[in-house]
Amino acid sequence: MSARPKGVRPHFLHVAASATHQKRGLTPFLVLLLISAAASPQAQVSFERLVRAAQEPHNWLSYSGGYFSQRHSELTQVTPDNVKNLESAWLYQLNSREPTSTRFEVTPVVVDGIMYIVQPPNDIIALDAVTGRPYWMYAYNPSPQARPCCGRLNRGVAIHQDRLFMGTIDGHLIAVDAKTGKLLWDKTVVRPEAGYAFASAPLVIKDKVIMGPAGGEYGIRGFLAAFDVATGNEAWRFNLIPGPGEAGFETWQGDAWKTGGGSIWLTGSYDPELNLTYWGVGNPGPDWNGDNREGDNLYSNSVVALDADTGKLKWHFQFSPHDEFDYDAVQIPVLADSTWQGQPRKLMYFANRNGYFYVLDRATGKFLAGTPFVQVNWASGLDANGRPIRIAGKAPSAPPGTLIFPGNQGGTNWYSPSYSPRTGLFYIPTWANYSSLYVRDKVEYVEGRRFAGGGARPPVPGIRAGAFSWSKPEEGYGAVRAIDPQTGALKWEYKMSDLTWAGILTTATNVLFSGGNEGYFYALDARTGQLLWKTQLGSGIRSGPMTYSVNGRQHVSVAAGSALFTFKLRE
Amino acid sequence: MLALLFLAGLVPGAFAQAPPGAPPVNGEQLYMENCAECHGPEGDAVPDVDLGHGRFRRATTDPELIGIVLRGIPNTAMPPSNFSEAQAAAIVRFLRDKASRAALTAGSVENGRVIFQGKGNCTSCHRVNGVGARLGPDLSEVGRLRHSTDIERAIVDPDFIIVPSNRFIRLVTRDGAAVTGRLLNQDAFTVQLLDSKEQLRSIARSDLRELTFIDKSPMPSYRDKLSRQELTDLVSFLVSLQSGGTQ
Repeated sequence: MSARPKGVRPHFLHVAASATHQKRGLTPFLVLLLISAAASPQAQVSFERLVRAAQEPHNWLSYSGGYFSQRHSELTQVTPDNVKNLESAWLYQLNSREPTSTRFEVTPVVVDGIMYIVQPPNDIIALDAVTGRPYWMYAYNPSPQARPCCGRLNRGVAIHQDRLFMGTIDGHLIAVDAKTGKLLWDKTVVRPEAGYAFASAPLVIKDKVIMGPAGGEYGIRGFLAAFDVATGNEAWRFNLIPGPGEAGFETWQGDAWKTGGGSIWLTGSYDPELNLTYWGVGNPGPDWNGDNREGDNLYSNSVVALDADTGKLKWHFQFSPHDEFDYDAVQIPVLADSTWQGQPRKLMYFANRNGYFYVLDRATGKFLAGTPFVQVNWASGLDANGRPIRIAGKAPSAPPGTLIFPGNQGGTNWYSPSYSPRTGLFYIPTWANYSSLYVRDKVEYVEGRRFAGGGARPPVPGIRAGAFSWSKPEEGYGAVRAIDPQTGALKWEYKMSDLTWAGILTTATNVLFSGGNEGYFYALDARTGQLLWKTQLGSGIRSGPMTYSVNGRQHVSVAAGSALFTFKLRE
Repeated sequence: MLALLFLAGLVPGAFAQAPPGAPPVNGEQLYMENCAECHGPEGDAVPDVDLGHGRFRRATTDPELIGIVLRGIPNTAMPPSNFSEAQAAAIVRFLRDKASRAALTAGSVENGRVIFQGKGNCTSCHRVNGVGARLGPDLSEVGRLRHSTDIERAIVDPDFIIVPSNRFIRLVTRDGAAVTGRLLNQDAFTVQLLDSKEQLRSIARSDLRELTFIDKSPMPSYRDKLSRQELTDLVSFLVSLQSGGTQ
């Protein structure tokens, strides 16, 4: 029934053999490295291992699977031919003390057979990745002052050596022992009563753990900061909303910078050769009324490239200057070493909430191309520098508001895209035909209160209700859209009926995993978009799938509803 | 009548008492800016809670509600706030007014019931407390769920707003059979509906030749079929349907 490779070693050799056909193939040395990694289980996760994460594909060492954030795996056991034989290996049901916390958005980290997840809001759990049985749980009690805008959730941990790192919804950064779950240190970084919170998985670079706070609907002043992995002491900080004397301060009016937003709620990327770390930055505050913040409002809705050692800004690119549509640029900056117009180039692919897909030179920040991947009616295009050409009158207004495409959740959002070096395609979790009525309102800043200045509503009230969908395709639908990053052209589309909050995973065998609000978890052929396999998980998927291998058996995991589901091929 | 009450200032407004010299506190504005993201513009987005119709899970009195607005509910998605007491009270008053407007009636409930069951022939599509057809929306609790003005408009202009959960579709299967009914749910692979014979059907999209949303409501307009008084009586009857009692 099964054609699975037997045992650990043949499997890794299988990986190495298949990878020799790829652009970033494995050298014989790395094959040896893989085998030696397998021979020393539960080794500490060094920075060098994080840099070479793609070369130990049996593990999933960080939120996006590697510093390039491609959410792409070199594992090859699951193929387009056998993916139909996936079956449930185990599932882990949340046992949260907060039964109303149903936003389970974690991407697990897996290291040598141990899986680390975060149960909402902030409990770290170590599981046996083969059976799903927990080893330990670190239970964290957030302050009652926590007021995360969009759910008491957490998207995952980061690991360095034997330490796990997690940001909490009440603004702490903590480190626990990966073997025992014992607390190592706990730093109060920001004030939850002012609306600051941590939602995303941190990023470890060298001996630092990097993250920034969410809170863009509360008039926070966002930043990115690096903390020493051993002590938690702050090593550097970069203000995402510049203050007096800092470059970019001139893009703010009066005191608006003090409440300028610029939040972080998704993990950044890193290029070890350039030593630059890249992060997508959230909306300016207040969200829907820019009257009192004339100017471009840097570095809101930008991607920033920072020196990983010092936090100094190398470059920035702002996708949506002076935004009034809540178009946070909090998406995954995906890095790819590819060619551009025939020349090898260090690229960044960025599918933005504002509806455009961008290609940037990640060494310099130079804009190379930008094309809409969904219907856009707020801009007529991008100029030579990538700045949107705004259309007069397309701005939030008095009720009933202005109809804008894409709507408030954007053409895409925090759900991870994937880039496959194998197909050369970029895959976007897409909200197609989707619009909102944007309403502008007055707002005054009061600490800890929402600072939004309006709102956005669906043009058809009551169009969606959790498990139920009554929408017409012209009212918006979810899709996986495969884009040729060289041209921006749509190669194929896989349509759902309802919208999607699910990320995308691709593998070296051209299998693509994703899902949507309908509760299906499915596999597509990454080359064509053809449906290969599906299973119903009983609740919408609000997480990015990942894959790992233990004892030579490839597993695929995804969080949906209030459970983590793990699949492997039928034996 | 409703309009007269408003004009006479008899309906408590959404504006709370403010200290002298301070601008009035607008409960609706505060609600829309701070609460609607989670609770929805109509207050019914959280399961088992319908703020606009007085349906709460953990509170009954105004002080209890104000306490929740101020302090949140620990370990739930309901966060604490930095509202002043007056602002929290304004939000609660706005929600109370919204609920009381929905319950205002002016006509004869009994006459309305007779029209509903007789001249209006409403039970040929609608069900109330276990009596009538199931194809149209069940109206057993419509007085709690809809404002009186919305009910009246739905009777005279049924096409004005068709709530998405009440949409009708027409399907043609591969073998040529046509099926019409109320859309209950759908996904990329299947469609669920209550067909015109009140059968629950789940049909694979791969078995369909055609799926059409019926944009016009199957309900006729009663604009010229009922007198003004009959219409008011009918609305009053429907508004009286609050509890959804069982048969």
